[in-house]
Order: sequence, then structure tokens, then C-alpha cells
Amino acid sequence: MTVTPDLDRRFRDAAVRADLLDAAYDVVETEIGPLLAATTDRGLARLSFDPDPEAHLEALARLAGPRILRAPRALDATRRELDEYFARRRHAFDLTLDLRGLPDFTVRVLGELARVPYGQTATYHDLAVRVGNPNASRAVGTVMNRNRIPIVLPCHRIVGSSGSLVGYAGGLERKVTLLRLEGAIL
Amino acid sequence: MMEAVATIPPFETFYVEHRDEVLGLLRRQLGRDRADDAFQETFLRALRAYDRLSHAEHLRAWVITIARNVALDVHRRTRPQGELPELPHVDGEPPFVELAALTDGLPPKERAAVVLRYGYDLDYDQIATALGSSPVAARQAASSGVRRLRNERSTR
Repeated sequence: MTVTPDLDRRFRDAAVRADLLDAAYDVVETEIGPLLAATTDRGLARLSFDPDPEAHLEALARLAGPRILRAPRALDATRRELDEYFARRRHAFDLTLDLRGLPDFTVRVLGELARVPYGQTATYHDLAVRVGNPNASRAVGTVMNRNRIPIVLPCHRIVGSSGSLVGYAGGLERKVTLLRLEGAIL
Repeated sequence: MMEAVATIPPFETFYVEHRDEVLGLLRRQLGRDRADDAFQETFLRALRAYDRLSHAEHLRAWVITIARNVALDVHRRTRPQGELPELPHVDGEPPFVELAALTDGLPPKERAAVVLRYGYDLDYDQIATALGSSPVAARQAASSGVRRLRNERSTR
């Protein structure tokens, strides 16, 4: 007996409506490829270039609890804001974020990162200075590399002191695409 | 012997693994139309209790028991005087098979409580969820089931 897509979707929707999930996820299609998005009752917890749920479920369970379900409806706001961003109609995200479990330094760096405006870039060193630790450029780089919520937390806007793009967890090609989209580079 | 207690899988994994079997069981007991609502109710009940599970043993038996009880509830609601549907057996492994046969004559709730407690080694919180009752009621159902079995023995 196979559960029909309609019955399946009705259960997933009902689980969201009943507010029974520790975390909900879905794969969101964007012009830089499919992204895995996961949200908890506190906000968006993951946005990943690796769309395979298996790669994320364990870590999500540790963060939020075992009641994790693919539930597209729970990601409606995320999907809408990403669509608007890629259509160049949105320059800042209004989503709340779940940054639980991150070290204090990481949270401070991400807080500064969030203030780098659309269409502009800053250097790793700039961010290090802004969190009051000018020697921490390398540590800032690590925080960018491990960013759980790229695009929304715009680590693609962080470049090397010489202006080189340096690297991106999602691949340099995506970093270039995002910076072009925002008009930060030609 | 039991190895280290398995961690509870993400609900998605559990749901995908058991949804087809649960739907099949509900369709056999309730028919196509009523099975769909019961399907949703079964997994919502499971979801409600899922973060309180203390281990991942016998999750299949657990969800099937929830499904059976949802089906029982539907039957009670829809034909109050009717007889109870026949419960399908959980096929499988040693301890609960023997218990299932032994407890054949018990009322459904007591039987489910006894089998889940002593056949599957579930705790009363889990059993309560499966039966849609409280842990206290689950404990009472199990102990009155055991008492009934003892009495049957001694009068035999």
C-alpha cells in the first residue's frame, strides 16, 4: 500500500499546523541550485548548498530534537524571501534566525556580517576589526566557511584585502553569481 | 543481548519507513475512505509522543499499536454497538509472539498493554501514547491484564 502524494502532504501540513515539529525542512530551488532550508520554532537554522537531507538530519536533531519532518509549508516565508532576493526585489531578509549552539565569537562575527549592506563587500580584516579583534581575520574566515545560513547571512560579501574573492563554501562560482546579482561586481 | 540503545531516528526517517504499512493496516480495518483520516491521526499521535521516547527499539510495533488503537477509536465512534474488529497480529520475533497467543482472550486495551509492556519492554509513557491514554491508565490496564491471565490459569 503506497501513501499517495496528496495524503502525504496532508499529514505534513497537519504536523505544521499542530505545531508538533522540532524542525521542518524542504529543498528550495534557486538560480544557484537547490538549497536545503531548515527552520525551527526560533527561526531559520540552515540554508545549505548540499540539498541532501541525510547530510543534515543528525545535526538538526542534536540542535532541535528528533521531531524533524520535511514540511514545505513551514518554509513558505523562507522560499518567498529567497525568490524575491533572486528576482532582485529584496535587499534584506526579514527572517528570524536560529543561531543556537554557536560560540559567542561566532555570533558576534555573524552579527557584524549581517550589517554588511546589499551590493557591497567588506574584507575578513574589516569584520575582525568590527568585532574588536583586528588579529582575528583567519578566525573570521573560519566563521564564514562554516556559516550555517549563507545568502541570508551574506558571507559572499566578504572578500580578501587585495579584493580577491578568496573562497566560498558553496564554490567560488556561486559567490561570483551572488555578487553579480547584487551589482557588487561586474 | 541488547547492544547499546539505538538513538531515536529523525521523525522523517521513521515516518517514511512505516507509512505504507500503517496505511495498509488502516485500509484493511477501516476501508479506503476512513483510513486516510486515521492515517493522519496515527502519525500525529506518534509525533506528539516522539520526543519522549526513551529508546528506538520496536518503533514498528509501537506505531502499529497506535494505528490499531486509532482504528478502534474510529470503530467506536462510528458504530457504538458494533463488535470490535479483529486485531491483526504483528508478525515477528520471539517474546511478543508467544505473548500474543497467550493474551488472546484479554480485552483489547489490556492485551495491548500487556504485550507492549512485557513483549516489547516499552515503558508506560510509550504505552500510554500507543493506547491514547495516560501512563497511570496504561499501568492499570497492564496489571489488570496480568491479573486476569493469572485468574484464567488458576480456574483452568
